[in-house]
Amino acid sequence: MEQVMSSISLSAIAPELVLVACGLIVLMIQAVFGSRFRDSFAYVSLLGIGGAAFLVLTSPGAFESKIVEYSFCDMWVVDNFSRFFKLIFLIGTGLTLLISLRYLDNEAMQHSEYYALMLLCTVGMMVMASAAELITIFLGVELMSISLYALAGYTRSRMMSNEAAIKYFILGSFASGFLIYGIALIYGTTGTSQIPAIARYLAQAGAGAAVLVMGMALLIIGFGFKTASVPFHMWAPDVYEGAPAPVTGFMSAGPKAAAFAAFVRIFMEALPTLQTDWIMVIWLIAVLTMTVGNIIALVQENIKRMLAYSSIAHAGYVLVAFLAAGELGLTSILYYMLAYTFMNIGAFAVITMLAGAGETRVKVEDYRGVGYKHPVAALAMSLFLFSLAGIPPTGGFMGKFYIFSAAVKQGYIWLAIIGVLNSVVSVYYYLRVTVAMYMQAPEKDEDVPAASALSPALVVAIFISAYGVLSLGLFPSTYVAMVKESFLSFL
Amino acid sequence: METAWVIPALPFAGFLINGLWGRRLPKKFVGWIACGAMGLAFLAASRLLWILLQETPTGRFWEPVYYTWIRAGDFQVDVSFLIDPLSMVMILVVTGVGFLIHVYSIGYMHEDPGYPRYFAYLNLFASAMLLLVMANNLLVMFVGWEGVGLCSYLLIGFWYEKQSASDAGKKAFIVNRIGDFGFLLGIFLTFWTFGSLNFREIFEAALVRFPTGDAVVVGITLLLFVGAMGKSAQIPLYVWLPDAMEGPTPVSALIHAATMVTAGVYMVARCSVLYALAPFSMGFVAMIGCTTAVFAASIGLVQNDIKRVLAYSTVSQLGYMFLGCGVGAFVAGIFHLMTHAFFKALLFLGAGSVIHALSGEQDIQRMGGLRSKLPVTFATFVMGSLAIAGIFPFAGFFSKDEILFETLMSGHWVLYGLALGGAGLTAFYMFRLVFLTFFGESRMDPHAAHHVHEAPRTMAVPLMILAALSLTGGWVQIPGIEGGRVFGAFLDPVFHEASQLLGHHGGATHPPLWLEGALMGVSVAVALAGIFLAYGWYMKDPQRPVRAAQKFARAYRWLFHKYYVDEFYQATVVNPLKQAAESTHQWVDRRFIDGAVDGTGSAFRSLSAVVRRIQTGLVHHYALSVLAGACVLLLFVLAL
Repeated sequence: MEQVMSSISLSAIAPELVLVACGLIVLMIQAVFGSRFRDSFAYVSLLGIGGAAFLVLTSPGAFESKIVEYSFCDMWVVDNFSRFFKLIFLIGTGLTLLISLRYLDNEAMQHSEYYALMLLCTVGMMVMASAAELITIFLGVELMSISLYALAGYTRSRMMSNEAAIKYFILGSFASGFLIYGIALIYGTTGTSQIPAIARYLAQAGAGAAVLVMGMALLIIGFGFKTASVPFHMWAPDVYEGAPAPVTGFMSAGPKAAAFAAFVRIFMEALPTLQTDWIMVIWLIAVLTMTVGNIIALVQENIKRMLAYSSIAHAGYVLVAFLAAGELGLTSILYYMLAYTFMNIGAFAVITMLAGAGETRVKVEDYRGVGYKHPVAALAMSLFLFSLAGIPPTGGFMGKFYIFSAAVKQGYIWLAIIGVLNSVVSVYYYLRVTVAMYMQAPEKDEDVPAASALSPALVVAIFISAYGVLSLGLFPSTYVAMVKESFLSFL
Repeated sequence: METAWVIPALPFAGFLINGLWGRRLPKKFVGWIACGAMGLAFLAASRLLWILLQETPTGRFWEPVYYTWIRAGDFQVDVSFLIDPLSMVMILVVTGVGFLIHVYSIGYMHEDPGYPRYFAYLNLFASAMLLLVMANNLLVMFVGWEGVGLCSYLLIGFWYEKQSASDAGKKAFIVNRIGDFGFLLGIFLTFWTFGSLNFREIFEAALVRFPTGDAVVVGITLLLFVGAMGKSAQIPLYVWLPDAMEGPTPVSALIHAATMVTAGVYMVARCSVLYALAPFSMGFVAMIGCTTAVFAASIGLVQNDIKRVLAYSTVSQLGYMFLGCGVGAFVAGIFHLMTHAFFKALLFLGAGSVIHALSGEQDIQRMGGLRSKLPVTFATFVMGSLAIAGIFPFAGFFSKDEILFETLMSGHWVLYGLALGGAGLTAFYMFRLVFLTFFGESRMDPHAAHHVHEAPRTMAVPLMILAALSLTGGWVQIPGIEGGRVFGAFLDPVFHEASQLLGHHGGATHPPLWLEGALMGVSVAVALAGIFLAYGWYMKDPQRPVRAAQKFARAYRWLFHKYYVDEFYQATVVNPLKQAAESTHQWVDRRFIDGAVDGTGSAFRSLSAVVRRIQTGLVHHYALSVLAGACVLLLFVLAL
């Protein structure tokens, strides 16, 4: 491992700069030209996403060497770990933009704010992945969260959407309080907020100070909220249900991955000496998160809400991998987040397509007969649901396989057993949708929802997601090789 | 060489096209696509042979790697092929004979409503077989192995509305599964022992690590041979092949000649190094082969269904191939495989032509006198019969004689005697078939007799080509003449290590010429005796067989009922298993498992209904939950 230090390095933050610039351009277009060029918002944003992805991929040494480049007085780090997560965010945002195009037209909400908020939210996530300093991480969290609050309430004429935004905002600020307090306590003990410096300090001074442990516990609460882990999950179902469908897909993937990125970086790099203190807690949270998420999902009638609980359960699986830590555990976290991004956003693409104006068709029973009226979409939806349920040959299966085998190798046999049992339970509610699509007939043929948000862009998004899910399931070794390059910097 | 993948890919593409869109395509196209795919595959194979021949004899070994299929730790399986003289022979047989059968099918299946489905399966069958023979590791071979198993099931049960056909399909599949299980265990044991499934790596490691006769190698070879028993219809797993004639006749030709049953022989030859290291397994293979050869021939003596006789003759001839491999004469085994492919395809297609002409009649007791009505079929069928009976200078003569000769040379007197006797039986039952079908008075039902017609050109031309091959196919391996062993010289490098281990030279040295000549004389004499006996019984004195059957009523009954093997299996294996399955279903599955599953499901649903009530929708409740969780967590962390 080689470390390169420099102070101000624009190239290190170039992808983020591109996104910010595009966000501002979009806003300016609307400010100057009104709604005349509103078709261009999406294109400019997508261009920005593509440019940022290009910069991430072509930055010096990307996915080839293990160079870890620090800059901005050690507050910013560019390594393969952050690059990998940035790609996940960019994929998530890009797919969401493709899905949203026609949806926003249908809702008569084709405004530049949506795109600017999306891009800034993505910048926030990327800051979380690249920050090497606790306050910078917090800034990233806030940039991401505040954009999300607004996005959740974006369809402002819908009561549900408003409710979601308010709830999310209140509870989110509450959680931010825990996070910043935790950071303060850690700073108080170690005298620094820089992650490598904290690690060095703890390696010398030894762990064990009660204040430090408390700081760590508060961080767990803060990140527990951001990843929607039980018992800090309660905002998730209401927000996911109320937020516009594309936004729900978006926030269940990218922001969750971002929270895990920061969580992993702080805990594995700065606080590994405290591992004995967090193992039991995370173990319990993981079990609760998997179990509560899956059990409540069983009886949900609203498909968005069902997937909200499913998303909670998936956070539980990732926590299992988090506990397993080490090479295998980290491999499975990164792999799983990538797979989850594809499968969940893919599923939300289909949901968005069928939701109808004002999102009136989001019940499981609305999906009756979809298999015959929209065969391709139904096939893709089944693929995504199978992947979420962890059935081969999908990325979801390989991801779960890696997670549970990592857990078993690290001796967390019971955790693996609980996890596998949980994923068995989850098959029930995922298959309910497939069963409705193919095996149940609606009362009237007209009752099958129309593909109101269908657009070429949405089709592209579905195909990309399906390709991602399948190739992760069929050719896992390619991705695993890439993933392994990504975390070696702090192992 | 890098483009060898097109050979299995072409029929697979044909399968996809006909399988997906066949029903919407005009019938003509379907046939063209299927045959075209096979024809092109044959051309590609010929080109590959040409390239292969440019190399020096020892350099004819290529392993094009296309794609890493599985990688887990040290375990790696590539999708890659092995092109050497052995696989080349198989590729040519599969594509060449397969192509002729495809063409023949155009005429034969013309009226069938399942025409596109038929050709799709046929293409898939050929593709799977090509994958099997081209694989350079056991796992890819296993994919092809299972593929042909699947296709045989689909094609034998092609007329699935017919109970007997769907039963036969199931029987073929299940009996093959038993063999496959052994094969799979053999693969596991190979991987466990060598840490690799690649043929070259296994053989190199085996030569270094194991002395001759080591128990592990014996275990591996015996397990692999169990697979071969299933696929190549040897005792005790041969029972599926005679029933396999329920499928359309060209399918039988394909199964019996080009694909499927030759897989086991090929696999044993491919693993010649391992077998050479395990003399016990070699002996076992030879013994099973020889027993099967005689046993099946004896059943063939009295069967009345034209295809059933041919089916038993295939079982018997496969026995000869294994006998050859078992005594270390791998070249002879593969040689017989090739010539057998020619004449057995010919015989089955000829039988198909007869059945086609008689509107579906298969009982030879109700045929007779067809010689003048079906001249092409008759002429070609007789040539096939002469070939299988081993009459000079037909193909079967050279290959069967080489097996017999090598058996004797390796010192197996008893096996030689039995195999020679079997050859006599072969000649007898084949000519019984010829005489009853084509000579004598017509015993046809008058309605069928009215419609008798010679085969259309798409059927007749393949027959003629195969007849020519049955005549000339043996001339590539003429013993006793300088430069006569073209085929053997081509294959020798493949079996080089095995021959060295066996201290045996696969015929490269010259045993006394007079001995070889004398043995040839004996073989031909035995075959001729069989033919004359058949002539005496079925031509001169047609009442004689009836009297014989009455005289030896018990022996006749045993033969006619195929030694009651099917009944024996039914009583000892099938019925007990069925009963066990039924009671398990009733008790364990219905009561216990279903009960547990349904119970768990409803328990979770009720739990879910309770837990969801926590989610009140009120923000202050949510905040309280976070706070409570935070307090518990902090207490927990600090107390520990």
